[in-house]
Amino acid sequence: MNKAIKIFIPNETSANSVGAQYIYEVISKLINKNNVEIIRNSTWGAFWLEPYIEIEKEGIRRGVSYRNIDLSDLTTIEDFLIDFNEREPFDIQSIDFIKKQKRLVFSRIGHHDPLDIQCYKNTKGYKPLLNSLKIGPQETINAIKKSGLTGRGGAAFPTGIKMQTVFDQDSSIKYLACNADEGDGGTFSDRLVMESDPFSLIEGMTIAAYAVGASKGYIYLRSEYPLAKTFLLKAIEIAVENNFLGKNIQNSGFDFNIDLRIGAGSYVCGEETAMMESIEGRRGLVRSKPPLPAISGLFKKPTLINNVVTLATIPMLLDSDEDEFSKIGSNKSVGTMPFQLSGNIKHSGLIETRFDISLEELVRDFGSGTKSGNPIHAIQIGGPLGIYLSSSMLNTSLTIEALQELKGSIGHGGIIVFDNTVDMADQAKFAMEFCVKESCGKCTPCRIGSVRGVEIIDRLQKNKTSVNDAKLLNDLCETMESTSLCAMGGMTPNPIRSIIEFFPNELIQK
Amino acid sequence: MTLLKEKNYGTPKIESKNNVTGFIDGIEVSVPEGTSIMRAASTIGIDVPSLCASDNLDAFGSCRLCIVDFEGRKGFGYPSACTSPLDNGMKVITRNNHLDALRKDLLEMYTSDHPLDCNTCSSDGDCDLQVEANNHQLLENNQLKLSKYSDANSSNHLGIDIDSSNPYFNFDPEKCIVCSRCVRACNEVQGTFALSLDDRGFESKIKPGVSDNFFESECVSCGACVQACPTGSLIEKSIVEKGVPDETVLTTCAYCGVGCSFKAEVKNNDVVRMVPHKDGKANKGHSCIKGRFAWGYAKHQDRIIKPMIRKNIKDQWKEVEWEDAIQFTAKQFKNIQDEYGKNSIGGITSARTTNEEAYIVQKLIRTAFENNNVDTCARVCHSPTGYGLKQTFGTSAGTQHFDSVQSCDVIMIIGANPTVGHPVFASQMKKRIRQGAKLIVVDPRKTDIVESPHIKADFHLPILPGSNVPLINAFSHVAVHEDLIDHDYIKNRCEEAAFNDWIEFIKDDSNSPEAAEKPTGVSADIIRKAARQYASGKRSAIYYGLGVTEHSQGSTMVMGMANLAMATGNVGYIGAGVNPLRGQNNVQGSCDMGSFPHELPGYRPITDDKARAIFEKKWNVSIQKEPGLRSVNMFDAAVGGEFKGIYIQGEDFVQSEPNTQHIEEAFQSMECVVIQDLFLTETARFAHVFLPATSFLEKNGTFTNAERRINRVRPVMKPLTGKHEWEITQEIAAAMGYEMTFNSSEEILDEIAELTPTFTGVSFKKLDEVGSLQWPCNEAAPDGTPIMHVDEFVRGKGQFMITDYVPTTETANRKFPLLLTTGRNLVQYNVGTQTRRTHNNLWSNEDVLEIHPVDASTRGINDGSLVLLRSRKGETTLKAIVTEKIPAGVVYTTFHNPETGANVVTTENSDWATNCPEYKVTAVEIEPAEHRSKWQKNRVNEKNQIREIINT
Repeated sequence: MNKAIKIFIPNETSANSVGAQYIYEVISKLINKNNVEIIRNSTWGAFWLEPYIEIEKEGIRRGVSYRNIDLSDLTTIEDFLIDFNEREPFDIQSIDFIKKQKRLVFSRIGHHDPLDIQCYKNTKGYKPLLNSLKIGPQETINAIKKSGLTGRGGAAFPTGIKMQTVFDQDSSIKYLACNADEGDGGTFSDRLVMESDPFSLIEGMTIAAYAVGASKGYIYLRSEYPLAKTFLLKAIEIAVENNFLGKNIQNSGFDFNIDLRIGAGSYVCGEETAMMESIEGRRGLVRSKPPLPAISGLFKKPTLINNVVTLATIPMLLDSDEDEFSKIGSNKSVGTMPFQLSGNIKHSGLIETRFDISLEELVRDFGSGTKSGNPIHAIQIGGPLGIYLSSSMLNTSLTIEALQELKGSIGHGGIIVFDNTVDMADQAKFAMEFCVKESCGKCTPCRIGSVRGVEIIDRLQKNKTSVNDAKLLNDLCETMESTSLCAMGGMTPNPIRSIIEFFPNELIQK
Repeated sequence: MTLLKEKNYGTPKIESKNNVTGFIDGIEVSVPEGTSIMRAASTIGIDVPSLCASDNLDAFGSCRLCIVDFEGRKGFGYPSACTSPLDNGMKVITRNNHLDALRKDLLEMYTSDHPLDCNTCSSDGDCDLQVEANNHQLLENNQLKLSKYSDANSSNHLGIDIDSSNPYFNFDPEKCIVCSRCVRACNEVQGTFALSLDDRGFESKIKPGVSDNFFESECVSCGACVQACPTGSLIEKSIVEKGVPDETVLTTCAYCGVGCSFKAEVKNNDVVRMVPHKDGKANKGHSCIKGRFAWGYAKHQDRIIKPMIRKNIKDQWKEVEWEDAIQFTAKQFKNIQDEYGKNSIGGITSARTTNEEAYIVQKLIRTAFENNNVDTCARVCHSPTGYGLKQTFGTSAGTQHFDSVQSCDVIMIIGANPTVGHPVFASQMKKRIRQGAKLIVVDPRKTDIVESPHIKADFHLPILPGSNVPLINAFSHVAVHEDLIDHDYIKNRCEEAAFNDWIEFIKDDSNSPEAAEKPTGVSADIIRKAARQYASGKRSAIYYGLGVTEHSQGSTMVMGMANLAMATGNVGYIGAGVNPLRGQNNVQGSCDMGSFPHELPGYRPITDDKARAIFEKKWNVSIQKEPGLRSVNMFDAAVGGEFKGIYIQGEDFVQSEPNTQHIEEAFQSMECVVIQDLFLTETARFAHVFLPATSFLEKNGTFTNAERRINRVRPVMKPLTGKHEWEITQEIAAAMGYEMTFNSSEEILDEIAELTPTFTGVSFKKLDEVGSLQWPCNEAAPDGTPIMHVDEFVRGKGQFMITDYVPTTETANRKFPLLLTTGRNLVQYNVGTQTRRTHNNLWSNEDVLEIHPVDASTRGINDGSLVLLRSRKGETTLKAIVTEKIPAGVVYTTFHNPETGANVVTTENSDWATNCPEYKVTAVEIEPAEHRSKWQKNRVNEKNQIREIINT
């Protein structure tokens, strides 16, 4: 089956959005020789290069970007091969963007067809599961506790402790829910796992379910990720065929099935309790806590809820070989964080590194500065409810603790860069507008407060010096922060407060 | 009393073995583990501000007004007191400057999207938002201050149209604060799930399902949402019309056997609205459309308030004074007795009047009439319960209280349609089913409870009418053969010999599920599975109704169910039992009061010399020792020329008895028919004397519900007729030569207590103190008896009875190939005397015939067309509805409308032991009709005649 020439054309949403699918269709029509095959690999996560086409010949693999290239002149596959070589293809693993990363969780993306389970197994895939099945549930949980892994969804709760809580519940029925409702603008790490290394998520889910005693898993996937859905369904099917999912997994006696549930356009359904409501077929309203989902979650049963990246990290921690992950970092900021860099930036994409990298390093060394060339004015960290840092704060370390000091959060790792043409008042208004649009409506401060917030900022935009509106905005932020039912309303004031503090006179003029 | 507003503890009461102790605002408080901080605070008089919390609904946490702080709290946000349980040692602070400021801010958010003028709002004085605004200095001159969050362009929901589609209440979206209490009430309390929220965020709006308005939705108009609404958004139309009431009278509903406790809220001696009383043990603060809204009949224009007489039933009525009417009555009765003998007159006590009023009627008959010709409508509904449960258990009343259903593991409903007949109890039952109790429904029809939101019966057995006994025998057969019977229970609690006989009988193949297949039309496999489910439940309860009793083997079936329950050890404790769902508001009471030809008050046989002696001594008369005539016998005797006079309190025989032709003939044969009722009923067409009765709003007495619970009925207004019903009866007795000396209905209850061992502890005073009492209430049980047959059966040991299947003679045949069975709907009550005089007519104002598509198509019948319903007894026409809710071969209708008069087709068949009519099985044929039947056309002409009355 080994062909002489392998052409790697990524099948992934970002790459497809700039023409990878089109290129695939063109090239696959040109193929007429037996010794050429196309492999749909995943993205390497360097979006500025997409669509990044690679060719492997005689063991040597090189690639080059085909962004905005007109392929209509190509009539034969030889034409393409010649065209390809003329563009000076290179080894992507040698460029700084990739080389300087510490790809542990995302070690496989880009390399091969994400649905090729043999490739997955060849790169340590499913050994962790077998190991976990051998050492048993409690030992599995101990390994995860020891690793220091905290949730990658945004709340950074120690994963091992959550698993222990679910394990300790006395119930014959338990569930695992994977939160794949990656709703923050400018984030895509969950999507990359699902489109580019889905088996890592499935294996992670299987290990986690085994550890806590869950027999059924749900992946709650946002409706806006149709390609991820395709990959997941196919990966689940393959996993079942290979006895890595379903009944009596690898003869262990452990049964586990995964059901895919699709969202319907609600950001707040990424909040774990609203997500559970949605899975149960109800309106996506936030539930009060207590009870904690670990004690009474889906269908009132103990439920382990984890983010996609968190689950995809688990196999690595159960690898019987050395655990590189836990050696990096400290406190809550242990291991690597897959930062997602986008916005007004030259080089956007997935950057998996230690937490204690500085914002400057991320934006300048990896990102290479703004796309427009204008100076950086603001960087939003952690999604639409995250704080904005100004250009004088680039030396901020991206640890969970450091952001907390600034009354912010790393969140899911989204980093969005703005140049000096940005209107910070508009950004402040956007925070409220986003809340208006996505509020579930259950609690008053979010439902009504967000609407009033937009109105206040509208007025401030007409008159920055209004003392009344400034005070009103402050009161509103206080109320939303202190009384909201969930982080939707509770954190909406964060970006606004950061704009008031770090960007003086841009929203409110004293 | 001044308007009673019950305390709202915020979240439901929790039962727990453990207690927790914490501090709220420095005060120590101990509560069951799991109790919310809000409720704990409420119990020590600290009322945390709130808008979305209600102690009959699970905590929701939406308004955020109830935020509190506690020592050691981490994070930015304050938790809501309603959703947070009190932990041991927790030190909670409910008020400080920060919390107060935050609450005020939240309220200003609310008021930025709400009309500001409380003065012009119909809910002025009855609005939680107004109260909270006032408590936070946001109310001035009874107007909400303009919110700091409002400006000229702020978005709001003002100006949206009111939904006034429901005749009883309005929905005004302008005043909605999206607290979701209405949605939660519809879900958690009523269980109909009709309401929802549409859209999200600021665009959230309450929506009655997929329809645009309440009336066209699945809403059953129970009023729970109106009661739950903290503002004037959902509001009774009567409040809008009459204003907020200022007085409360606690009373009991006069419709069904649930016996809901209500607060009659009054203004200027006029009822403004009826609101369920939270402390009502039967209903716990819930109601249905009838009790909640359909009480307007009390002042309907059809109400007769002056006595009337006429010599001949063809004559027009003549209004007279009370004295004349009573003297006339007494004279007529005396003359008839002189001519035809003592036993030629009799009376009927009503199951709609109070215990006191029923008691005095049977006393009148036993003293002034000097015979035992007294009966009550239980004859035609639950008399087989009386016979059957007396034989097996020793007493004929319901064994449990309604609360018992919350402990059931398996619920089996046989021949009952609780969501329409006992709606409030059905809601309680549905709550338990949603929690996981198993449900078996035995009914030819797919009633609502078989499948409705979040409810699906594990088994629905659509047996053919008339096949109850083989079914229940098959259940017992399965229990015995699969050894699912409780040997210890049987050994300790049941008579051995009778049990052994029964085992021999039941295990025979003739009682197997296979044998039951043919008569029931249900597969043996399903029968077996359902039987297993009932028999293996830890706590299995049977709830049954007239689909059991109104059969030629009604008593047999009751005994069959009792056998099954005893065999599986399911009587005498909570969550189990054999529960007859008594229909009328006081049928239990009427029976208790000795309204039977063979029983004295307290179910003591008339033939029992000792029992009779007690009454003879107190009443100072000699009581006839032979049992008298049952109602059905009275009518037969009338046709036979021997029974000539009758005093009927509150029952419309001509509409409700089977075989209308026969009953009309009976009445026409009588010489003096005296009707004591609210309206000119069908029976009144044949009456010579009409004595105007009182509605429950005018009565002062007690009703006894299906739980044996005696509840107070208190008057809201004086009798519009000028006389209480018991006074009428007393005066008739006096005019006939027997003096009774009651000065009040309270004295009547005292006499009942004196003479009846199961009632000795009951009095108005005690009832005022404790609210209600379940009899027996005496020295042995001073606080009443929730569950009966606890350690032993009332008769000592339970008695198994042999229940051979004897098929009814009323079978489908070539001429009448379909079987008609009858029932009720939600909005009309029995013969509709009251409900047809309310807005309930908007939902249903005619009886319709349900017919299966197969039967309809072979007869050329379309959905909605007029059909002729014929039996060997008579015929009528009505509209047909084609539906698969009933099996092929069965048709179904209701009996609420005299225009349809369903009973013209029902037969003279009845239960072998009690003469309870076999309403549920009639062989009929259906065909398309071009026009109304002759009697229906005549009736329309007569109708105008009936209504004419000559004034004196």
